[in-house]
Parts: sequence; structure tokens; C-alpha cells
Amino acid sequence: MTMNRHLDDSTLMSFAAGALPEALAVVAAAHVAVCPRCRDELATMEMLGGALLGSLPGAAMRSPAPAAPEIERHSSSRPAAAPPPINQGAAVGEVPAPLARLIGNDLDGLHWRWVAPGSWLRHVPITSGRLHLFKCSSDVALPEHGHEGSEITMVLRGTISDGTGLYRVGEVCDIDENVEHAPVAGTDGCICVVAQDRPARFRSLIVRLTRPWHGM
Amino acid sequence: MLDLPITSGTGGDTPLSAHRGIMADLLRRIAERADPAAFRELYEAYGPRVKAYMMRQGADAGTAEDLARNLRIDRLRREVPWQELPEGRLTEASSEPLPDDAMAEKERQERVQAALAELPLEQKDVVTLAYLEGLSHSEIAERLGLPLGTVKSRMRIAYQKIRQGLESLE
Repeated sequence: MTMNRHLDDSTLMSFAAGALPEALAVVAAAHVAVCPRCRDELATMEMLGGALLGSLPGAAMRSPAPAAPEIERHSSSRPAAAPPPINQGAAVGEVPAPLARLIGNDLDGLHWRWVAPGSWLRHVPITSGRLHLFKCSSDVALPEHGHEGSEITMVLRGTISDGTGLYRVGEVCDIDENVEHAPVAGTDGCICVVAQDRPARFRSLIVRLTRPWHGM
Repeated sequence: MLDLPITSGTGGDTPLSAHRGIMADLLRRIAERADPAAFRELYEAYGPRVKAYMMRQGADAGTAEDLARNLRIDRLRREVPWQELPEGRLTEASSEPLPDDAMAEKERQERVQAALAELPLEQKDVVTLAYLEGLSHSEIAERLGLPLGTVKSRMRIAYQKIRQGLESLE
């Protein structure tokens, strides 16, 4: 377990390997987009992937190399390829590009569902894992829960604290299974994105009973 | 079931680490002028590895070879349909390294290879399952019958060792 406000090395490695479930990968990509330290580590981990591929014993190829014209077509189309769209507009910086692709740039314009006094939820459809946005008023706790899998929380606005310290915009809390986790919004409230690879175990009976309604 | 762990590129295979500088040159020749000779050389070096990788992912030999010929590994990554590169990284990656940087890069790659070779089997297994079979932490835990926390800690320790191998260069 790490509480160092960066992604855990094991999370980054899985991300570099392309093996992180999509919900976690979205939040990892969002953090990497704003964190030079994690970007550097990721570069090393990607090199490790190349080293592993290079160390594979080869399987004999039955066909000769494809003809050159195919390569020419690929290479000539390269310069025309547009770069991926970068986060632009009024909310630049608030929603990192990998997340903005899914929810847009306007956190205030999202349709939020009320879950408790001072607490709102937005479910983000995703193919693998679970992805939610939480919005909490000042000093309101996110629902307390433990995990059967991994969870990454990233602060998009305001601050949260969870007993191990304060997390600011762009920082992540990347925690292991079996960790009871009850972050509380700071004085200005917070908006966080929370990714899980499996459903969380909420301790509150009310939250557990109403979970289908919340989409959690 | 696929065999683990992978072995290093010995036994008749030329280790690619010996040719990193040459590889960079080949890629440049292909990118700049679609050099057919450079492509053939690259294909002969990497095609068999990519084919082997695809077969590890469950493809039969014919499909694996077709895939290797098309060299579109990234499209086949499971679970994560896209992983966006942060702003600026594409530019950095495509810029041609200065000779000194290229030497440093080569040395870094050699250190990574050496550290990988030194890893205990239990650590190398989790790293290999993630990178070469695309398994998530939970899937690795299920495959090996280990708690999730153990899988993560083995990956962390493996990376720390690789990191230590690189730190002596910095």
C-alpha cells in the first residue's frame, strides 16, 4: 500500500503493460498527464516492456518480409495523422484529457445524482471496472468502504483527506484491497474521480441497500 | 496453458539488446525513406518475436504470423482500448537522440536487460504475465493462486531492482 500521492509502481507497471482494467487505466492516464514523476517512471517501464519482448525466443516465420510498397503506404500516411485532441476550452487543466474524452471538460455542467446531504455521484459508463465521479461539500465524507480489488482516487477539484494526509488537485490515492478508506472533502469541497476494478464493499447498510439505485 | 517463465534470447536467437543502436537506425531509415532493406532486416529480427508473443496470447501459428506481418500489436492489447500519451510525449519519442543520448539509452537498455535476467522467478513471473500476456493484477493473482497484495508487492520489488540497476547510471 502506498500513500504517496502518486500511482503505485505496480499500477504504473500494469498500465505500461496495457494490462490495467479500463476504469483504472483512465485514472492512471489522467494522473500521468499531469505528473512528471509518474511520466518518467512510465517511460522506464515501457522500456522494460521492450526488453521483455526482445528477450522472447522467436517463432520461425514461414513467409518472407512483406513487400516494401506496403511500408511506403504506411509511412507516407504518417505525417497526415492528426495528434490526439488535447484538453482545450474554458476548463483547461481541470479535467485531464484522458478523462475529458469520457466526461467532457465542464464538471459543473454534468448531471449529478444526489446520494446524501452534501454528496453527489456521477456514474461513468466503462467496459471494464467501475468509474465514478463524487462531488462533496466541505467536510462531507465519501461513503466509507473497503475493497476486494484495487481502487484509485484522483482529486479533480478542491482537496480530500483520509487520515493519511491531504490530497490536492491531480494527486492520487492508489490503495490495495482490504483497506478501509473514508476520505473527507476539504474546506472548499471536492470533486474526485474514483476507479475500481471490482465493486467496493460499503460499510453502511443504507448505501449497500440503495447501491443498485445509485449505479454503484 | 502457456509456459512460464520466458527464457532469455539465447540458444540460437540473437539477443536484440546487442542491436539496439542498429534497430534505431533501421527505424529511421524506414521512417525517412521507406527503405525496403531496412524493413526486411527489422522484420527478420522482430517478426519471430512478435509471432511468439501472439502465440503466447493464444493465437494459432498462422494467425500469429499474419499479425506479426502486420505489426499491429497495440491494437490487440486486451482490456484497455486506448491509452493516451500525455501532451508532448509523441514529439519527444520521435526526436532523434544525440549520439551521447543514444549511448546512454543503449546503456540503460542493457541495464534493464541485466536486471531482468537477475530477477527471482517469482518476480519475473508476475512481470511477464502482465507484459506478455496482458493480465491484470487480479487475473495474475487468480492464475498463480496468490493474494492480490502479493502480486502487487512482487511487481513493486521487481521494479525497484530494475530502478536500482539504472540509478547507478544517473
